[in-house]
Amino acid sequence: MQIVFLIEQVVNGLVLGGYYLLIALGLSLIFSVGGVVNLAHGAFYALGAYVSVQLGRHVGFGAAAAVSPVLVALIGIAFERFLLRRFYREDPILGLLVTFGLAMVAEQAIRMIWGAAPLPASLPAALRGPVIVGDFLFSRYRLLMLGVVAVVLGGIWLLLNRTSFGRVVRAGIQQPDMVAALGIRLQPYMTACVMLGVGLAALGGALFAPITTVHPAMGAEILTIAFVVVIIGGLGSFWGVVLAALLVGVVRGVSVHFAPAASEASMYVLMFVVLMIRPRGLLGEPIEKFER
Amino acid sequence: MPDFIKRAPLRSGIDRRSALKLGAAAATTLFAPALVRAESGPIRIGHLTPMTGFLGTLGEWAVLGIQMAAEEINAAGGVNGRMLEVRSEDSINPETAATKAQRFLEQDGVDFLMGEISSASALAISEVATRNERLFMALGPRSDVLRGARCSKYMFCTDIPNTVMVNAVGAALKRDGMVEGKRFFTLTADYVFGHDLLKAAKAFFDANGAELIGDELVATDVTDFSAFILKARQAQPDVVCLNLAGNQVTNFVKQYAEFGLPYPTVGFNLNTADAWAAGVGNLSGTWPTVWFDTIETAGSKDFVGAFKAKYGKTPENHAWIEYIALKIAAKAIAETGSAATPGMIEYFESEAEFDILKARPAYFRKEDHQLIQEAYPFSVKPEGSYSDVQDMLALGPAVPGADQSLEAIYPPAEAGACKI
Repeated sequence: MQIVFLIEQVVNGLVLGGYYLLIALGLSLIFSVGGVVNLAHGAFYALGAYVSVQLGRHVGFGAAAAVSPVLVALIGIAFERFLLRRFYREDPILGLLVTFGLAMVAEQAIRMIWGAAPLPASLPAALRGPVIVGDFLFSRYRLLMLGVVAVVLGGIWLLLNRTSFGRVVRAGIQQPDMVAALGIRLQPYMTACVMLGVGLAALGGALFAPITTVHPAMGAEILTIAFVVVIIGGLGSFWGVVLAALLVGVVRGVSVHFAPAASEASMYVLMFVVLMIRPRGLLGEPIEKFER
Repeated sequence: MPDFIKRAPLRSGIDRRSALKLGAAAATTLFAPALVRAESGPIRIGHLTPMTGFLGTLGEWAVLGIQMAAEEINAAGGVNGRMLEVRSEDSINPETAATKAQRFLEQDGVDFLMGEISSASALAISEVATRNERLFMALGPRSDVLRGARCSKYMFCTDIPNTVMVNAVGAALKRDGMVEGKRFFTLTADYVFGHDLLKAAKAFFDANGAELIGDELVATDVTDFSAFILKARQAQPDVVCLNLAGNQVTNFVKQYAEFGLPYPTVGFNLNTADAWAAGVGNLSGTWPTVWFDTIETAGSKDFVGAFKAKYGKTPENHAWIEYIALKIAAKAIAETGSAATPGMIEYFESEAEFDILKARPAYFRKEDHQLIQEAYPFSVKPEGSYSDVQDMLALGPAVPGADQSLEAIYPPAEAGACKI
């Protein structure tokens, strides 16, 4: 029976990892194209949750979860156009500082608009409850969420690897000056990538709002985990982030099984071990502009 | 300090440091005449409460409550003609709480300290208060240990302790046949408060023929409980019982409803704000509380009305406790004629009674410095019978009953480990 319990935790960890992936992938994408460590990424996650809860009161959960990421992504355009763009070629510390400041501004703005008290949000009754397969129990909602993540992941992979848009972005990440020399303006691609990353974070927030506390500081809670995932996976690596997200989820699940009190620390231990063995992360690629 | 760096003298001939000192002295004289600590100046109160982290939601309410009390007292002319000046700061964690408490006393010249929700931070502040021989009113923490082995001559606790919360819920559970012979699986917040609550819960299970078949310690920054919910299912309990704190409760109940396990939940700690945050259809079971906005006393109704008028929302238990605590402090200052610690301690130890907006007045028990008062169980109305989260809770009758001594639900003072 013990082994069944363990497998159940591993599978649950994979599902949780899928959700971390939504946040971490956007973070990694924005870092890859612009070289800016976006500390405001959690704020977009929080905003996604708040907007979806607010909309959900009028249009229902499903529609709100679909529309909220789009609305927040539009804010992402302004974020890239007026703020982030100025820091692509600056000292990384400046981008770090400005996004850190933005995260604080965003948190306070949420406090001012929606108040400090958490926003109540519930799952529709139809989405609640377990799915039992043999000895295993899953949350119906999380399985659904995993499906959404898989579709989104597939879409992004196709976009980056099978379209001309993706070719320019990938070339821009590796050789921005070469791309410019070929007469391609990278700016719109950058904007689109940031929009995509911000939208992914907001989608994460919208999907998680019914099963977590929706409060102004929720962005800060998720950001640490997203960073750990990106660092373990290796900056700039699509599959690295996927692998790391699932790994972090599984390590947390397994550590809850064996040493529950240490479960929060487990992902940091994992990060430590990975960095000791592979300082670039699991599948991190060398990127010219960061190798100076 | 080694004088490696040559200080550039200013043109006037005094060095930078002296100039700074002069400036500071001038600023002090100009802007802070109250440093001459006359009995006529404002009474300064250093207020620490968590405004971020897993208890941050509760701390926000705490600030609203104490601010409202201060404004009411000051609008009525202050205490003996002196205004109250409450400075609220985010205590964050025990280390920061201790540092800020020390700074309040040393640099800001506060008369005494109030606040806190985290039992761990309260312990840290209590040590600072004791070292400085200054009063600390611990408003929100609930660990028995603060009233027991770690009590202090300088600390007074106003919230109900863990044992009372367990007793308040326990009576309701026994009535519903949910204790004797039942197998409990508990989840416990992994810090002093949770450990303390688990101890009180174990004592209750042992005394009432229930079995504790498993317990999981949960770190305070855990937000995803799915792995713990699976463990609860693996244990196959009769009842899942929560000794969690702050946001943990909200996150757990939302995710427990998501997974839809069949075992009923009960809990020995829940704050109204965390219950509201869970949203419609997630919370169930029976829980304890120290105060609730539907309590049928004139005082409570006035307080709820004034709070709603001022802030546009219904107050919860931490807003209430901070409000009455400042009123208690103000009464002590008015009665003793000063905000000096020895006089206030002596006054509290006289077991003077305070109106805390409940049916029965409360008093600090001399032996362990905790406020002896009524408590209440509450349960969640069936889904569909309410539309707004603020209407979803139904308050039970006060415990102990009107015919019993208030101390009936408290651990006996003589058995306590507190030696003041």
